[in-house]
Amino acid sequence: MIASLRESIEADAILYQPEDLRPYECDGLSAYRALPWLAVLPETIEEVQAVLRLCYAMGVPVVARGAGTGLSGGALPIENGVLLSLAKFNKLLEINVPNRTARVQPGVRNLAVSEAAARHGLYYAPDPSSQIACTIGGNVAENAGGVHCLKYGLTVHNILSLEMLAMDGERIRLGSGGPDGPGYDLMALMTGSEGLLGIIVEVTLKLLPLPQKAQTLLAAFDSVERAGDAVAAIIAAGLLPAGLEMMDNLAIRAAEDFVHAGYPVDAAAILLCEVDGLAEQAATDCERARAILWETGAREVRVAENEEQRKKFWAGRKAAFPAIGRLSPDYYCMDGTIPRRRLAEVLERIAQRAAEHGLPVANVFHAGDGNLHPLILYDANRPGELERTEQLGVEILKLCVDVGGTVTGEHGVGVEKINPMCFQFSPAELTQLHAIKRAFDAKGLLNPGKAVPSLHRCAEFGALHVRCGKLPHAELERF
Amino acid sequence: MSDQDIRTTLQDAVLQALAEGTPLNITGGGSKSFYGRIAQGRALAVSGHSGILHYEPSELIITPRCGTPLAEIESTLAEHNQMLAFEPPHFNARATLGGAIACGLSGPRRPFAGSARDFVLGVKILNGKGEILSFGGEVMKNVAGFDVARLMTGAMGTLGVLLEVSLKVLPKPAYEASLYQAMPLAAAIAIMLRWAGQPWPLSALCHDGRYLYARLSGAEAAVKGVCGKLGGELLPEAERFWQDLREQRLPFFGGADALWRLSLPPAAPLPRVPGKWLLDWGGAQRWLKSQAPGEGVFEVAKGGGGHAICFRSGDRHADVFQPLEPGLKRLQRNLKGAFDPHGIFNPGRLYRDW
Ligand SMILES: Cc1cc2nc3c(=O)[nH]c(=O)nc-3n(C[C@H](O)[C@H](O)[C@H](O)COP(=O)(O)OP(=O)(O)OC[C@H]3O[C@@H](n4cnc5c(N)ncnc54)[C@H](O)[C@@H]3O)c2cc1C
Repeated sequence: MIASLRESIEADAILYQPEDLRPYECDGLSAYRALPWLAVLPETIEEVQAVLRLCYAMGVPVVARGAGTGLSGGALPIENGVLLSLAKFNKLLEINVPNRTARVQPGVRNLAVSEAAARHGLYYAPDPSSQIACTIGGNVAENAGGVHCLKYGLTVHNILSLEMLAMDGERIRLGSGGPDGPGYDLMALMTGSEGLLGIIVEVTLKLLPLPQKAQTLLAAFDSVERAGDAVAAIIAAGLLPAGLEMMDNLAIRAAEDFVHAGYPVDAAAILLCEVDGLAEQAATDCERARAILWETGAREVRVAENEEQRKKFWAGRKAAFPAIGRLSPDYYCMDGTIPRRRLAEVLERIAQRAAEHGLPVANVFHAGDGNLHPLILYDANRPGELERTEQLGVEILKLCVDVGGTVTGEHGVGVEKINPMCFQFSPAELTQLHAIKRAFDAKGLLNPGKAVPSLHRCAEFGALHVRCGKLPHAELERF
Repeated sequence: MSDQDIRTTLQDAVLQALAEGTPLNITGGGSKSFYGRIAQGRALAVSGHSGILHYEPSELIITPRCGTPLAEIESTLAEHNQMLAFEPPHFNARATLGGAIACGLSGPRRPFAGSARDFVLGVKILNGKGEILSFGGEVMKNVAGFDVARLMTGAMGTLGVLLEVSLKVLPKPAYEASLYQAMPLAAAIAIMLRWAGQPWPLSALCHDGRYLYARLSGAEAAVKGVCGKLGGELLPEAERFWQDLREQRLPFFGGADALWRLSLPPAAPLPRVPGKWLLDWGGAQRWLKSQAPGEGVFEVAKGGGGHAICFRSGDRHADVFQPLEPGLKRLQRNLKGAFDPHGIFNPGRLYRDW
């Protein structure tokens, strides 16, 4: 295989020594590690095609990797497989100002797009917190969101076309230069496909005009419940903030210790609410938001007086994960979404469960979308603590599904949430998802074992989805 | 208000069709029966499956059964000062949500607010094996499993029967103003591009062959501030104009010639095809009334970087939707097989091959 690969790819772009493979052994979810059989770092689409054709012919699994910042183990290598790094596909091919688009290779970093577009007064809206590192290919594969997706949408709303390679190496263009593409909406299917359906080799992104003005409010609350109510009230009032983020007390204190953002460290929760648009729009919305925050019982509402203070408000939020990381040897970041009106109740129940397990949990999250990120603090060196953490994690995700939510809002299923998928989907639904996978990848070689659990696995996990107390299709065999 | 759950009836009908090997022609209010290739198969009437199951204004989410009339959904939302921001065309009073989503059509606000598929959060469907399946849900962000809900949008019913759809809704704008001015088409394309590149609260931008029309939505002060920059006259009866554009009731849409829809990069030059043009979506959705042969229109659409649909009054036995490149066609055919392995749903409505 290595000899055949060398016919189409430079020798130094094929790695097989354990010490060379080590950097690829995990993604951002470092609790799971594996060394791939080979890692390849092709530079051209033809080279990727050569790798895929060879793997297709020999039945070797392929795992794509962008920057490896994924938090669900999506880019976790497979031991008998090839790890396909798109790191060298890092060129921004074109910024088209009249059409307001950017055509990029998949290995381009998210932030690099907005940086390059800024001089044309444009930007790329999805802004995951990892945007200095994560790649556009990885963003598409995970349907990444960010602080501003409440108003500007997720990756799926901000891409126009893409070029993919099927597992047999065939090049296929999806979408079009227009606002939509012909036939079925395969753009939607590829977005969030976690490397299971095809290898993304080029993406055309939608760019937006930079807002003229952004205004940020910081509101402090004496109870998480009131903060949760304020979120619902803002949305119900017809305001659509660009971002609406919540931090609980543990997160506030950690962030304040770390970056000195000036947060009220005795508040039970704070909300950061950003409104943007033309100056007049931002001013109107800011006044309305301020009034609503007061009415819902905020103890204090501050409006950033200048750009410097606005950046400071956000600095604490943006540094929250690393700040919490300083509190404990390890932390585990969860990612469920729930209906907004259940926020207070769910946070309360998470706190109860956490106390039962004796594990601290901090919350920093996209409140406007109902997208929770409970961070469980633990120490992997203490026997049993990782297991308790994972147990708590599963309970939290179950809770999200029970209140009508989902096991993952933006981080993907990967290997991490493969079991919780069993309680979100029925066997027939999982079978349908597998049929989609086969339509793209009949041999099942693209990132196998991730994202969609086999029915067999769900049966073993003991969580076959039960609706209304009875198993769907009880007559069917269950392996 | 409609409220009726006939999902088991529909499921039985699908199972029976499967057993008999009879294809089904899924029909809602019939408002879009002119659209797509000629329908075949036994009619499966779905408008009886109706009623709004769940509407939570503070969540900005509504979940109706798919036979619910669009008009009923929009008036329910209006009571709470909310709207379907993709402004789906109705085309008649019986139009249902299922038809709107299956056809995937959006109105004038689309380039600024998002398309039908952008607002779809979840679906319940009956697949070609007669199974009732749910994907997505009633939350804003959800990446568990492939995005089947958005895939259903615009699939013309060929992948399954839509039973329920959860949609994101938006508050109605606090204030709107529309302006118009006479301008040749070529100049209008350049102006629309320039305006759309500004951080202005635009919510519609079109040119009907003679006039350029713009709509602004947002805080009153912001909208009024931009009005001065756009120039032109205030459009009288503006709401009616945008409705008529959305419902294809403007004079442009009359006449016997075929109506084509071209989806193009907004900066694409005007394709050289004989006929008359109306540009919507800031130039990205172009309507063409023409007698030109279909192959020619598909060719120029492709050449311009987009695709074409023969929307109305064309040859419905020929290709109506842009023919696909071989690789893409293979994928789409495989996908059809994954949802409807026996080909019972709306055969031939989308493509002649399935
Ligand atoms: C500190 C931190 C903060 C984060 N904040 C956010 C946030 O705010 N919002 C959010 O959504 N996510 C966030 N993430 C998660 C992560 O950054 C995103 O999921 C990101 O999109 C992953 O991009 P990547 O390039 O690192 O992809 P990787 O981790 O390398 O890969 C992710 C998945 O994509 C697949 N893949 C990668 N490239 C391709 C390709 N070219 N073709 C096909 N499949 C491909 C991989 O196989 C894998 O399944 C955060 C992560 C960290 C560490």
